[in-house]
Amino acid sequence: MATLPAHFTSWFASRGWTIHPHQQAMLERADEPALLLIAPTGGGKTLAGFLPSLADLSDGEHDGIHTLYISPLKALAADIKRNLRTPVEEMDLPIRIEDRTGDTSATQKKRQRADPPHILLTTPESLALLTSYEDAPRMFAGLKRVIVDEIHALAESKRGDQMFLALSRLQAMCPDLKRVGLSATVEDPDAIAHLLARHPDPCPILHSDPGPAPDIQMLVTDEAPPWSGAGGKYAIPAVLEQVKAHKTTLIFHNTRAQAELYFHNIWLANDEGLPIGIHHGSLDRQQREKVEQAMVAGQLKAIVCTGTLDLGIDWGDVDLIIQIGAPKNVKRLVQRIGRANHRYNAPSKALLVPANRFEVVECVAALGAVKEGALDGDPRGPGPRDVLCQHILIAAASGPFDADTLYKEVTSAGAYSTLTKEEFDACLDFCATGGYALRAYDQWQRLQQRTDGQWQLRDPRSAQRIRMNIGTIQDTDTLKVRFKGRGGKPLGEIEEGFAASLTPGDTFLIGGQIVRYDSLREMTVQVTRDAAKKPKIATFLGTKFATSTQLSHRIIEMFQRDAWPDLPAHTADWLTLQRQVSRLPEPGRLLIESFPHDGRVHAAVYGFAGRNAMQTLGLLLTKRMEETGLNPLGFLATDYAILIWGLDPIRDPAPLFDIASLRDGLDRWLAGNAVMKRTFRASATIAGLIERNLPSNRKTGRQATFSSDILYDTLAKYDPDHLMLNITRQEAMRGLVDFGRIEEMAARIGDRIDLIELERVTPLAAPLLLEVGRVPIKGLAEEKLLAEEAARLMSTAGLPADPPKRDRRVPF
Amino acid sequence: MNTCDLTLAGTALKALGSGALFWPDQALLCVSDLHLGKAERIARRGGGHLPPYETRDTLTRLANDLEQTGARTVICLGDSFDDLTAARSLPEDERLWITRLQAGRRWIWIEGNHDPGPVEFGGSHLGELSQGPLTFRHIAEAGTHGEISGHYHPKATLATRGRAITRPAFLIDNDRLIMPAYGTYTGGLRSHDATLTTLMRSDAQAVLTGAHPVRVPMPR
Repeated sequence: MATLPAHFTSWFASRGWTIHPHQQAMLERADEPALLLIAPTGGGKTLAGFLPSLADLSDGEHDGIHTLYISPLKALAADIKRNLRTPVEEMDLPIRIEDRTGDTSATQKKRQRADPPHILLTTPESLALLTSYEDAPRMFAGLKRVIVDEIHALAESKRGDQMFLALSRLQAMCPDLKRVGLSATVEDPDAIAHLLARHPDPCPILHSDPGPAPDIQMLVTDEAPPWSGAGGKYAIPAVLEQVKAHKTTLIFHNTRAQAELYFHNIWLANDEGLPIGIHHGSLDRQQREKVEQAMVAGQLKAIVCTGTLDLGIDWGDVDLIIQIGAPKNVKRLVQRIGRANHRYNAPSKALLVPANRFEVVECVAALGAVKEGALDGDPRGPGPRDVLCQHILIAAASGPFDADTLYKEVTSAGAYSTLTKEEFDACLDFCATGGYALRAYDQWQRLQQRTDGQWQLRDPRSAQRIRMNIGTIQDTDTLKVRFKGRGGKPLGEIEEGFAASLTPGDTFLIGGQIVRYDSLREMTVQVTRDAAKKPKIATFLGTKFATSTQLSHRIIEMFQRDAWPDLPAHTADWLTLQRQVSRLPEPGRLLIESFPHDGRVHAAVYGFAGRNAMQTLGLLLTKRMEETGLNPLGFLATDYAILIWGLDPIRDPAPLFDIASLRDGLDRWLAGNAVMKRTFRASATIAGLIERNLPSNRKTGRQATFSSDILYDTLAKYDPDHLMLNITRQEAMRGLVDFGRIEEMAARIGDRIDLIELERVTPLAAPLLLEVGRVPIKGLAEEKLLAEEAARLMSTAGLPADPPKRDRRVPF
Repeated sequence: MNTCDLTLAGTALKALGSGALFWPDQALLCVSDLHLGKAERIARRGGGHLPPYETRDTLTRLANDLEQTGARTVICLGDSFDDLTAARSLPEDERLWITRLQAGRRWIWIEGNHDPGPVEFGGSHLGELSQGPLTFRHIAEAGTHGEISGHYHPKATLATRGRAITRPAFLIDNDRLIMPAYGTYTGGLRSHDATLTTLMRSDAQAVLTGAHPVRVPMPR
């Protein structure tokens, strides 16, 4: 199948196209069991993936499903369906193409299972659901190819792990299945190839021409960036100038809250009324679709957005990307820049806008990395076992299975290729009995072993419950926001915790509008429009990415130069002054500055381990300082430093940073930590221990459901070695706790710690004093807050407050 | 032990941080909605396998409260068991544990909607109980005075200056007191819910449980 059928060639010619070399190569190598294509956005990557299928199907001989296409976004599946329709219709090919996502109607879904299309476009969750049905082998009979789009994005998430496990099931049903992966530029293509192939099959990698280097610069403004903060508000006039000078600009932010605030501010300055929209994951779907349509139609000059626009959807004629705030990660920056200019062989244009003075350094370091093509990334480690537990349950829902066969299938997925039989058996036992030290459920096992050794569901009705809980996306508890009144317009969602902190009359930003909180009705937040100028900002759960290891190292390297001609003068002067009064952080050493400020002793620890690890380190350090009587009062963490304040100075830092004691402290600290509880909830939901918090369950707010924190506490107390706690720990360590980066830091600095005592705050430490996100050292803080608020409320109500009680040990 | 003093129908009562209510004059301890055997019931009905330790956890806390208060009478105010089968299915050691707690005490099981019938444990089984000016029943009734009930698992949320804090809570007004759920595996119904705002008078108060019980006007 090395050449295209004739009518394909003439169709290409009729459009004035020639086939790209990588598209030709994909055709020639269509028989490879697995093949990974790495190509920049706009390189005809998707067509390259589909060409072999279209050519194969063009003779109309194939019955049933031929090609399965999986993408991380529903919208992408819909987009691809639209794009494929053009060649299929214009060449009059006898090919039926349908998508199947959470938005597909139940009737359509049912029909698809009975009579599948030739090409089915779907998402990892919908695929997992399809494999859970008993008739899956019939539906997938004849399947020849599977195309995984945006595989670089899936490779970093549990959604990908789930999808690769589902592929291992499909491969068992269709042994000749060929796998194709389509990826953006990544730092480690081999790692993705390892995930894509059936282990231990090889997976060749095709690199398309990377195209011209992007035109990327830092936006230089008349006004210097502020010393701290993340908004980038100072650059709004300059950004508006850029928007005016381009056709369509995407303005990326690192968090949703920042995007909301920026959108609000840019409109306050948008005197010419340029059409500018906002797009992020917390907005109502209708609102988002409206923006998407306006964008495709070329009606918008700019869109303020977050990572939801990161993936390869073709949103029209974008010719400029603006990144507000340091990119934190070079790979994501490069992929974002790829969003601009979808014409093959034209350079993408991007501008970085540092939000504060330190980010100027970070942006320049990132520019250097992009120039050298040095992408960053941290290996993800073995496949998570909570996803495996769900996979075992899905297998059981589809019918009886043999444990050894399933184990072999699972280890054919790259991420699980090192999974031991013991680990697998522990997950199987968890699915079957709960896996508790106390054998309580032998009578009520979820899975039972039949006399022939096969495992099956004890109660066939539980298949339905398993299907309801399929998926690995963590939905935080969010509440819908609507305008008050019958049929009030939906605006989007906010976190339940944020909603609970609102009192009637409070104002916040959503979808670029300031609204006033009125009431909570049937789990919907009712709001009215408000004319206020300054809102309280909705604290959407925007993931805060940590600055990557590579970028952190580049920043320290930059500090070593004699002079900084490539930095703006205000930033170069700042670093020079720091070098005069103190010193700059050096590779292989840890700098700690100790100085008095506001009557307290401050210590700035320049660990450069990224936000999450620095936060963890701050908690561990202050805990140890408390134990050694240094009376810390609080700390705050940024990507590069921790600032600790307290009553007594650090004199002997080395013991504080001893990695063995830090790890020991971590063990004790982790157990009662909120991060662990949050991680537990996510993992326990994925593993099927607790059921997904479906909107229908929550609507009434009934007393029947209870918090997963209670389960965590109970397990930690009575069964501390349980599999779920083991999984939770592993997940937390590589997630928010990020202990790996603390270990990397400890290995990097060894015993080379420089403690410098100074009279006053230093230039490098000064911005830290302005940062938000201070963590008080707690203890009885929560009880105090409660007592304080109770006294206030009682006195407002004209009632006597309960007299404060002395602290005494209580038996619970 | 940190407690919060309450008065209902002229009777002095103490709300314990654990969610139990103590009547010092009668040495009477009241707990509501223990839901013992909940994990077993969920598994039996094809749900998840929750950690099967909630009964021992609930009993441990109850034993503690009994010891701290020296209660001579115990009222379990209904939904003591998650259902009657759960009551029958408690493992032997937990059954013995309950028997030990009952020894030397007057013990009253009030029926709840989850356990509407006698259970195979010692003590009296009653639909409701009147003692002095107080009436103990599982579900609150309209037009009563001096009533102590459970059933709704009330919880209350306070927006403090740090964060919003939600705890199981006692609700009390001139007529009635509604107990928080005592069982380890129990959720709650927010005091904002119309059911509770209708049931309680407008001047009702809430006592949030926790290490230090805290009294506030009932959030609504």
